[in-house]
Amino acid sequence: MEGDLAHIGAGLAAIGSGAAAIGVGNVAGNFLSGALRNPSAAASQTATLFIGIAFAEALGIFSFLVALLLMFAV
Amino acid sequence: MRPGMPRRIAKGTEMATETAAAQGEEGGLVFHPMDQFIVKPLFGGTEIHWYTITNVTLWMAIAIVAIFALMVLATSRRATIPSKGQSIAELAYGFVYKMVEDVAGKDAVGFFPYVMTLFMFIVFANFLGLIPMSFTTTSHFAVTVVLALAVFLTVTIYGFIKNGSKFLGLFWVSSAPLPLRPILAIIELISYFVRPVSHSIRLAGNVMAGHAVIKVFAGFAAIAVISPVSVVAITAMYGLEVLVAFIQAYVFTILTCVYLKDALHPGH
Repeated sequence: MEGDLAHIGAGLAAIGSGAAAIGVGNVAGNFLSGALRNPSAAASQTATLFIGIAFAEALGIFSFLVALLLMFAV
Repeated sequence: MRPGMPRRIAKGTEMATETAAAQGEEGGLVFHPMDQFIVKPLFGGTEIHWYTITNVTLWMAIAIVAIFALMVLATSRRATIPSKGQSIAELAYGFVYKMVEDVAGKDAVGFFPYVMTLFMFIVFANFLGLIPMSFTTTSHFAVTVVLALAVFLTVTIYGFIKNGSKFLGLFWVSSAPLPLRPILAIIELISYFVRPVSHSIRLAGNVMAGHAVIKVFAGFAAIAVISPVSVVAITAMYGLEVLVAFIQAYVFTILTCVYLKDALHPGH
């Protein structure tokens, strides 16, 4: 019974990766619209783009971590 | 044995013991996707102490030999017209140097050797893990936590040495109204201490997730009907993993530079 609940919890935790996808798409989409409006300034902000993507994705990785913990350490 | 009985992988240490008998059959999968992350001693035996030579040790040594071959041996002739290896080494050097200079500031170039070591090690460890049948050292939290903790301790200690108590100005947001500042200080303090956590989990989680997904798709290749789809999916995920390997190394390094800049010039 505990194993089943842990598996259900892991499946619920994987919804977090969808939230991460929304966040990363947000960052990348805003960068794209700004870059198409001002192409010459876009090159200087690619570093900020990657940092923003990494921060948004890291929180999705946290939910993946919860899923792994539930699957293998509970 | 009930299928799906959990295997216990202790995080933070290098021991991975399997409590379930490895049946192999789990709902159609031929192998368990997490098996590739198990740490095994190289020279026999089952006990892993801090001095045991494991496959982690082997692949870290291979990464260091590869970095040495690129940065030292390829550039040993110091030709004016660079060879291919020398070009690559010079490109890597210039890339990381520009990153340190732009993001951390001109007075942080003393940290360039440390940042370059971090970047080259993570890039090589990630790319070596893409070789089939190899082992990715950076997919283990044990490895990335040490890297992130070293960055955190370096930044904090150097921040206090250089700025003294003015380093605490990092948490005192002077651009906010006065009643809000204590609450913001607590929030800033918490987010400062979460930094090594997120720094390490980002790298380890990205690499581990990519490799586990590839292994899961590979398990589907055993089913004859969908094996062409499985091979195409593995190829696509492999391309993504190559990109992720480089981007995660870049993000780790650039966040190190951002933290260094915070340590050298605290305050908002």
